Amino acid sequence: MTPPRKRQVRLIVSLTLAVLLASGLIYTSFSAASPALTPSQLLRQGRAGTDIQLTGTVVNHSVVDRANGAVDFELADRTGGGPAVEVDYSGSVPPTFEAGRELIVTGELKGRTFVAQPSSMVTKCPSKYSAAPSTT
Amino acid sequence: MTALIAALLIGALLGFVLWALSAPFRARGSATQPGDSDARRALESAKQSKYSEIRDNETDYRTGKLSDEDYRALDRQLRAEAVEILRAIDELDASIPAASD
Amino acid sequence: MAFAGRVALVLALAVCAYGITAALYGGRKGRRDWVDSGRRSVYCLAAILTVAMVILEIAFIRNDFSYNTVANTSSTTTPLLYRAAAMWSSQEGSLLLWVWLLSIWASVATFITRNRLRDIVPYATSVLLGFGAFFTTLLVFFDSPFAQTHPAPVQGAGLDPLLRNPSMLIHPPMLYSGYTFFTIPFAFAVGALVVRRVDADWIRVTRRFALASWLFLGIGIVLGARWSYYELGWGGYWGWDPVENAALMPWLISTAFLHSVMIQEKRGMLKIWNASLVLAASTLAIVGTFLVRSGVLNSIHAFGASTLGIPFVALIAAMTGGSIYLVVSRRDVLRSEHSLDSLFSREAAFLLNNVVLVGLCFVVFWGTFFPLISKAVTGTSAAVGPPWFDRYTVPLALILVLLSGIGPAIAWRRASLANARRNFRLPLAAAVLMAVAACTVVPISSSIGVVLLFSAAAFVCASVGQEFWRGWRARRATSSDSPLVALASMVRRNRRRYGGYIVHIGIAVLFIGVAASSTFQHEQTLSLRVGQSTRVGAYTMRYIRATGSVVADPNHTGATMTLGAVLRVTRGGHYVGTLRPSAGYYPAAQIVPGLVVASLISGDAVDQIGLQSSWRRDLWAAIKPLGATLPANGTQLPEERLVNLADGTISPTLSATQQLQTAFVELGLIVAHYIKFPPAASFTLIASPLVMWIWIGGLIVFLGGLTAIWPAPSALRSRLRARYLARVAQELGRA
Repeated sequence: MTPPRKRQVRLIVSLTLAVLLASGLIYTSFSAASPALTPSQLLRQGRAGTDIQLTGTVVNHSVVDRANGAVDFELADRTGGGPAVEVDYSGSVPPTFEAGRELIVTGELKGRTFVAQPSSMVTKCPSKYSAAPSTT
Repeated sequence: MTALIAALLIGALLGFVLWALSAPFRARGSATQPGDSDARRALESAKQSKYSEIRDNETDYRTGKLSDEDYRALDRQLRAEAVEILRAIDELDASIPAASD
Repeated sequence: MAFAGRVALVLALAVCAYGITAALYGGRKGRRDWVDSGRRSVYCLAAILTVAMVILEIAFIRNDFSYNTVANTSSTTTPLLYRAAAMWSSQEGSLLLWVWLLSIWASVATFITRNRLRDIVPYATSVLLGFGAFFTTLLVFFDSPFAQTHPAPVQGAGLDPLLRNPSMLIHPPMLYSGYTFFTIPFAFAVGALVVRRVDADWIRVTRRFALASWLFLGIGIVLGARWSYYELGWGGYWGWDPVENAALMPWLISTAFLHSVMIQEKRGMLKIWNASLVLAASTLAIVGTFLVRSGVLNSIHAFGASTLGIPFVALIAAMTGGSIYLVVSRRDVLRSEHSLDSLFSREAAFLLNNVVLVGLCFVVFWGTFFPLISKAVTGTSAAVGPPWFDRYTVPLALILVLLSGIGPAIAWRRASLANARRNFRLPLAAAVLMAVAACTVVPISSSIGVVLLFSAAAFVCASVGQEFWRGWRARRATSSDSPLVALASMVRRNRRRYGGYIVHIGIAVLFIGVAASSTFQHEQTLSLRVGQSTRVGAYTMRYIRATGSVVADPNHTGATMTLGAVLRVTRGGHYVGTLRPSAGYYPAAQIVPGLVVASLISGDAVDQIGLQSSWRRDLWAAIKPLGATLPANGTQLPEERLVNLADGTISPTLSATQQLQTAFVELGLIVAHYIKFPPAASFTLIASPLVMWIWIGGLIVFLGGLTAIWPAPSALRSRLRARYLARVAQELGRA
C-alpha cells in the first residue's frame, strides 16, 4: 500500500472507531440519565423512577426535624409561588441548609412525598452573582 | 478633598494615556534594523529548533532509543538541514547592506 | 472616588477601541508607528485597570458600604484578608479581576513580542484588545463595580463564610489567571492564521503562554478539589459538577496542545490539530467563565440567573465560528510537511495521546451539557451522575497514564523493535510486580480498575526513572561533573523534556491517590452522644467531649460561635490520633430586635473539618451539633431553647451596643452549658487511604511544569550555539 493510501486507511479506521464510540456514549447517556425536575414539574407529571434530581428552594417555615439529624421540608420552584412538594430527607445535611436556600436532592416520588436518597443533598452557593442584589 | 484627588487621578491617567499612545508618532527615524528583521528572526528560530532536534536526537541515541545506523542517518540529515538554514541566514545578511544603500 | 473608577472604566473601553483600530490600520498599511501605538494601548489598558482595581480594593478595605458591591459581599465583621478577597466574590468584581488579569498578561505578551512576529502582532493585539473591550463593555454598561447607593448602609452582608478559607483566597485568581492566559495563544493563533504564517517562531512564543495557562489552570483545579475536601461537608474532592468540568475541559485540550505542538516544532506535522486545539482550549476557557455565572446548569456553583448570559453566548459563538472559518480557509498553510513514518514512534504516541485527551474532553463536555441536550432532544431536562462519568473517564484515564509511560521511552520517527524491547523491559516488569503486589492486598474482583491503575503508575515511574538514569549516566560519561551537578545540568539543558517527565510522575502519583481513596473509602453518617463510638473501616472513633467558644474564633474567619467535638481514634486498640471537628456559626445579615442572641448565630454555618492526614490514610470528621429548627428561617440551631430563653431576658430598653454585649455574655453561658451537657451530634466520619498522594501528585505536577517553563539561561544558550555553529561549520568545510 502506498503511503498516502495507508494514511487514508488509517484516517478512515480511526474516524469510524471514533463515531462508534461516540454513538455508544451518547446512547448510554440517555438511558443512564436521571430527569432533572422542578417541584411543579414533578407534581404535574407525577414521574415514577428512582433517580429523579429535584431542584428547588426550601419553603419558609416548612422545616421539621426528625431523629438522627434527618429532616423533612418542602421544596418549591426557584421562581417562587407554585406547588411545593414534601421531601423526606436523611443522611448528612450540609451546614448551609436553611429555608430560602436553593438545593438539589436526588430520590423518588412516593405518593405525594419525595423520598430522597440518603446524603444526596447539594446546597447551592448563596447567590452573589445576581445583577440585582436582594435587599434584606 | 477626595474629589480633588479623584480629579488629579483622572487627569494623570488621561495624560499618561495620551502621551503613551502618541509616542510612536513623535519618535521618528526608528527604521528597521537589519538585525531585527522579521525574516531573520524566523530563520534564527528555525536554527534554534534544528539545533534542539540535533541535541534531542543525540540524547535519544545515548539513552538507547535509536540504533547506530538510525542515529547516524538522522544526524546527517538534520545537520544538512541546519547547514541550509545557516546558508539562508548568510544570504539574508549579505543582501541587507545592499538594500539600505 | 467611585466616579474616578467609573471614568477609568470608560477610558479603558475607549483605549481598547482605539487600540484595535490603530493596530489593524497599521497592520494593513504596514505602518509601524500605528501598530506600536496599538500595542501601547495594551500597556495603557493595564495601567488604567490597575488604578480601577486599587480604587475598588481600597473601598473594600475601608468598608465603604456606599459601593453596592462592598455592601453585598463584605462587612465590618469580615476579617481583613477576606475583605480584600471579597472583591472578586461578586459578578462585577470578578469581571474586573478577569479583565485586569487579561491586561497584565497581554502586556507581558506584547512586551515579549516587541521585536518579533511583526506581521502577526497587529492582529494578535486587536484580538486581545477585543477581549478587553468585551469585558469593559460589560462593566461599563451592564454591571458596574462602582455603582453606589446613597445614603450608604451601615453594615454589609458579609463575605459568605463558605468562602472564608485560604484555598478560596487563591482559587479564583489562580483559575482566572489560567482562563485569561488562554486568550494569548488564541490571539496569536488567530493572528498567525490571518497572515498565513504558522512557523517555528510562532510556536516558540505561543508555547510558553500555553504552558503558563495550563499550569495556572491545573493549580486552580487542584486547589478547588482541596477546598471541596477541606471545607464542604461531604468529604469528597471531585463530583463532576459543571464548574469543575468547566475548568477541566480547557485543561485537557491544552495538555493535548502542549504535547502535539512538540511534533509541529520537530517535524512540521499536526498543524491543523494544533491550530484547532489552541483555538478550542481558549474557547472552552471562555465557556468555563460563562458556565460559572450563567445559571444555565444545575450546579453547586451556578450563581442564580445572571443577565450576562446572552453577551457571553454571543462571544463564544463568535470565537467558535471565527476559529472554524480560519482553520478551514487556511488549511493549505496547515498542511503537514511530513507524514507519520511509523506507528511505532513518539509521533504516533503523541497522536494517540491527542485523540484520547480530546475523547476525554468530549465525554466531560457531553455529560456536563447533557441537561440542555436532553431538553432539546426529549423535552425533559435530565442529568447524568458521577457513575456515568466514571464509567467512561476511568478507562480513558488509564490509557493516558499508560501512554505517559510509553512516550518518554520511545524514539522519534521510527523505533526499532529491538530497541523498544530493551526500553520497555524494566517498566513492564515493574508493572507486573505492582499488579501482583496489589492483588495480594486488594480483592481483584471488585477493584480491577485499581490494580490496573497501580500497575500503569508503576509502569510510568519505572519508564521515567529509566530515562533519568540513562540520561544521567550518559552525561556523566561525557563530562567530569560530580553526580549531583551532572543531574542538575542534565535537567537544565533540557528543561522541557525533564520537566515533562516530572509532570508525568506527578500525574501517576495523583491517580494512585484518586484510585485508592475513591475505591477503598469507608464512610459513616450517624449521631453520637458523648462516650459513644463507631467503627469506620479499621478504625474506631469515639466521641470524647464537646468543645465550644464564643468570638475567640480559632480559625480567624469571624465566626461568632464555634461548637465542636473531640474524637479519639484508635485502631486495634492502639491510639492513632485525635480529631477536632467543629461547626462555626456566623451572624445573620441583620440583627433582629428581640432576637439578638439568635441573630448572632443564625447566619450561614460552616463546617470546620477535623482531619488527620498521613501517607497511608486520611481520617476525616465533620460535625453538625443537632438542634431544633428556628421557626423564623428554618436554620437548625443547637441549644435553641436556651437561645430563646436568653433572648427573652435581654431588655429592649437597653441600647443596641448594650444589647449586643449582653447577648455575647448570654452566648458564652450557652456555650458553657453545651460543653457541660452536650446533646447528641450528627457526625460524618470518613477513613480514606492515600488521599495525601493526590495533593503530593499535584505538587509534583506543579514543580515539573515550573521546570519546563523556566527559560534557559541565555549565556548557556549562546555557548551551546557557538559550539554547534563551529561543528556545523566544520562539516561545511569538509563537505
